[in-house]
Amino acid sequence: MFDERSPIYRQIAAQIRADVLSGTLQADEQIMSTTQYAAYYRINPATAAKAFQELVDEGVLYKRRGIGMFVGPDAREALRSEHRRRFFTDVVDPMVAEALAIGIPIEDVIRRITHAADEQISGSTVGETES
Amino acid sequence: MTMSIEVRDLELRYGNVTALDRLSFRLDGGKIHGLLGRNGSGKTSLLSVMAAFRRATSGDAWIDGQPVFENPDVASDICFIRGEGDTVVHDWPADRVKDALAFASTFRPAWDSDYATALVDRFRLPLKKRLGQLSRGQRSALGITLGLASRAPLTMFDESYLGMDAPSRYVFYDELLADFMAHPRTFVISTHLIEEVSSLFEEVVIIDEGQLVLHESAEELRARGAAVTGPTEQVARFAQGLTILGDKQLGPTRSVMVYGELDDGQIELARESGLELGPIALQDLFVHLTESRGRTS
Repeated sequence: MFDERSPIYRQIAAQIRADVLSGTLQADEQIMSTTQYAAYYRINPATAAKAFQELVDEGVLYKRRGIGMFVGPDAREALRSEHRRRFFTDVVDPMVAEALAIGIPIEDVIRRITHAADEQISGSTVGETES
Repeated sequence: MTMSIEVRDLELRYGNVTALDRLSFRLDGGKIHGLLGRNGSGKTSLLSVMAAFRRATSGDAWIDGQPVFENPDVASDICFIRGEGDTVVHDWPADRVKDALAFASTFRPAWDSDYATALVDRFRLPLKKRLGQLSRGQRSALGITLGLASRAPLTMFDESYLGMDAPSRYVFYDELLADFMAHPRTFVISTHLIEEVSSLFEEVVIIDEGQLVLHESAEELRARGAAVTGPTEQVARFAQGLTILGDKQLGPTRSVMVYGELDDGQIELARESGLELGPIALQDLFVHLTESRGRTS
């Protein structure tokens, strides 16, 4: 179920963040309990609890005593802005480095980006076109 | 009800063979602990002393502050299931499966016979078969049934899945977790199938040659090691002064397993030097910790 090469609680936390970001989990929606997580993923409940604690510390989840864990009302927006902040260093910079390393002119990259953005915005499904 | 375990300067010698060598540690109650060690490392000896099956040569084991050996006050609170469940039946091999269950029910105060029946079903155990005619996997499944249905405050399983096929082992893991969450108590589980069960553990004890190698939370332990991969020169510079567990070379690329938490500065340094940092599986950590016991470069 899990990639043994990364702490399981990190993977659970990352998955919940991804669900909040994509809108699969909505604001103030209750998430599964540690018991359900533990049984579902076949992990120690303390491990699931650790993932939840990390998300509570980040403000992604909040706890209602005796009821359970809920998605924070501003969690999605906070995650979006966090991802926006990291977008250029995590996505764009490595792409530029890769393009330079394999000899693709940056102008070609920019043209492709502009083209792809136009297609996505207009909702066109023409498919792959070579720039 | 849960029970903590403590051993202090525990020694066990068979003739001039030292099986346990001044072991000291304390296991909290209410957790699932993994006991890891290679064959012959002393796992069974240790569990046998903790379950009062054996008297320690020196030192002792305490359960909730009470010495375990020849102590009737704690005896019924401790359930120890050896490899094939041979420790908890009355008359082996003539008894039938149902006799073994009936026998356990008489001396386990918290015995849950409905749960035992449910486990017998899940493991597809033949109630009327004689114990001597059970397959190895069936004997293991019976041991697990006796161990879980006992609901003992301290339950110890010593390699209790031997001979069981993968579906049966997963039944064991699922039942262990579900029953632990419904009825919190202390479990100690010895294993060498680390990859498969490590996610069940909250804490891990590793012993080797009768000595304690480490005792740590399973998640901390996973965060403890890192695989550092990159050009030979940079890796060597980065690993200077760190504890190296493993070292591999492929052409100009070197990969070392370092042990110990890396601070933010080191992680930054690795990134700047173009090194790749990856986590290490618990099984790999275990192999290296019990193989080399670590050395400092």
